Amino acid sequence: MILEEDSDIFVLAIEVIIMHKEPAALIVQKQTWNDYFLLRMRVKHIAQESHPGQFIMVRPTKNLDPLLRRPFSIHSVLNDCLEIFFLKSGTGTALLSQMGQGDSIDILGPLGKGFYLDRELQGKRVALVGGGRGIAPLYFLAQRLLDLGALPYIFYGGKTNSDIPLKQKFLQNNHQTFISTDDGSSGFKGFISDLFQLELDRIIPSYIYACGPEDMMKKIARMAQKNGIPAEFSLESIMGCGFGACWGCVRRIKKGTREEWVKICEEGPVFSSHQIIWQDEES
Amino acid sequence: MTDLSVDLGFIKLKNPVLTASGTFGYGIEFTPFVDLNKLGGLIVKGLYFHPREGNPPPRLVETASGLINAIGLQGIGVKRFTEEILPQLRNYDTALIVNVCGDEDQEYAAVVDYLDRHEGISAYELNISCPNTKREGRCPALSPLTTHAVVKLVKEASSRPVITKLSPNVTDIVEIALSAQEAGSDGLSLTNTFLALAVDVEKRMPRLSNIFGGLSGPAIRPLTLRMVYQVRSQVKIPVIGVGGIMTGNDALEYLITGAKAVEVGTANFIDPQSSLNVIQDLETFCNAHRIKRIEEIIGSLKVQDQEKLV
Repeated sequence: MILEEDSDIFVLAIEVIIMHKEPAALIVQKQTWNDYFLLRMRVKHIAQESHPGQFIMVRPTKNLDPLLRRPFSIHSVLNDCLEIFFLKSGTGTALLSQMGQGDSIDILGPLGKGFYLDRELQGKRVALVGGGRGIAPLYFLAQRLLDLGALPYIFYGGKTNSDIPLKQKFLQNNHQTFISTDDGSSGFKGFISDLFQLELDRIIPSYIYACGPEDMMKKIARMAQKNGIPAEFSLESIMGCGFGACWGCVRRIKKGTREEWVKICEEGPVFSSHQIIWQDEES
Repeated sequence: MTDLSVDLGFIKLKNPVLTASGTFGYGIEFTPFVDLNKLGGLIVKGLYFHPREGNPPPRLVETASGLINAIGLQGIGVKRFTEEILPQLRNYDTALIVNVCGDEDQEYAAVVDYLDRHEGISAYELNISCPNTKREGRCPALSPLTTHAVVKLVKEASSRPVITKLSPNVTDIVEIALSAQEAGSDGLSLTNTFLALAVDVEKRMPRLSNIFGGLSGPAIRPLTLRMVYQVRSQVKIPVIGVGGIMTGNDALEYLITGAKAVEVGTANFIDPQSSLNVIQDLETFCNAHRIKRIEEIIGSLKVQDQEKLV
C-alpha cells in the first residue's frame, strides 16, 4: 500500500476497503437543470477506486450548520474525476447547488458495497431501472456494463419531463433507453415500473438493477422474483457518518433465517432482492 | 514538547482526549483512520449483557448544529465483545474504557462481573443516562437515589474503576454528581445527550420513530460546559467533559473550566480523525503558550469575584 501525498488513505482492516479523505476536491464542471444538479470534481484516488453503486459523503459546508455530511451515489467516473447528480431537496443539497467550478468540497469515499459486475454478464442483456434522482448510480453502472460487453437496457422515469434531465446523456452514449413520465410529457405515460413490465417479456434480462422510490423498487422486485431473475437494489437512508460508526442508517435485512437491523452504509447500499424486506412486509 | 498526560487518580492517560461511547463503534472500525495508540483512551459503544436490536429507523435527525439520535444501543453483548473485539483492542497501547448498560441495576453488575474476568480493560463508564431505551427517556441518572443504588451495586461487583456518565436532563446535576461520588464512583462523565424532539411539519409526526432522542453536537456545548463548571468544585472525583467538542479550542474550554479529560463524540461522524485533530490542536496551543504540562491548564478558569462587580 503506497501512501499518496495529496490524499489521506485508509485501509479498512476487516474487509480491505480502501477509502480516501479528500478535504478539498476541486469542482471542474457543473450542470444545472431546474432543481437537478451535476457536479464534476477532481478526486484522483476516489475516482480510481470507485465501483458502481458505491457512494461518497460530502460535507456541504465548513461551518457547523448543517453539521453532517450527505451521502451521494457516484454518478460517473471519468479519468481522475467523479460526478454526483442530485436534486435540490434540503439545506445540504441547497448549499451544494450553489457551488460551482473552482470551488472545492470536502468528501470521503468511496464507501459501501456496489452492484454486481462480472464477466459472466458479457454478451447478456441486463436491465437498469431508475426513478427520478434514483437514476444517479445507474449511469456509472451502465458505462461499466458496456465496458464488460454486457447489453444494458435503461428504464428511466420521472413525474414529468423536467424530472428526467439525463435522458439525452443516456441516448448519446448509445444506451437502449426507455423513458416514462407520469403525465406523459415525455415517453411512455405512466410509471417506469409499468413500462418495464411491458418490455420485460421481450428483453428477458439476465440481471436487473434498480434505484428509486421504494414503491417502484418493490414492484421491480416482485417482477424479478416472479420471473426468476436476480436483482439488486440501491437503498437510500439518512446517514450520520457513512462508514459504520453511528448505526443510524439501518434497515431490516434478511440474514439466513433471521432478520436484523443492518447498516445500509456498511453492508449496502446495494442489496440483492432476497435480502430486502420491503416496507409493508416488515413484521 | 508539551507533556499532554493527565492523571485522573485511578488512571493515567497519555493525553486528555477520549472518544465518546456510541460515536466510535468498538474502536476497531476506526483503525483505518485513527492510530488508536495516539488516543488518551477510547470508550467503546454501550454494552448490555445480551446482544440488543436497537430502535427502528428513522434513528437520526439533524438539527441546527446538532444531531438527535435514537439508536437504542444496538450492540453485540458481552460474549461477542470479549471474544471478537477485546483481543484486537488489547494490541493497542491506550486506555480502554467499556461503556456499561443495563435494563435493571442487576444487569449493570452482571456486565461488569463478566468483563472483570477479561484482561485489557482500564475502567468502566456506567451509562445510566441513555435517553433512548425506555419511555420518555427514563434512566437511573434522573434521581440521586436511583443513581446511588446502581453505582453502589456496580462498585461492589467491579474490580476496576468506575466512571459514571450523568444525564443533563435533571434539575440539579450537582445533587446527582454528589450521590454518584457518595456511592463510590471514581469519576464522572458530564454529560450524556439532551432529551429532544423534532417534528416533521408536513406529516405532523415526530421525525424519530422513538419520538424522543438525545441531542448532541456543538449545539449543546455551552450547556454541558456550564454543568462541568457547576459540578467540578463540588466533587472530589475527576470530571470528564463531554458535549459538542469539534476542535482543540472546544476541548480547552472544558479543561480550563476544570474537566480533567474530554470525550470527542459527534465530531467523529463528520471527520473520523477529529479526536487526533483535537490532540494536535491541544499540543499546538500548549506550545504557543509555553505550557509545559497540560495539567497546568486544568481548572485554570479565572472568575472575577461577583461581589466586586456589583
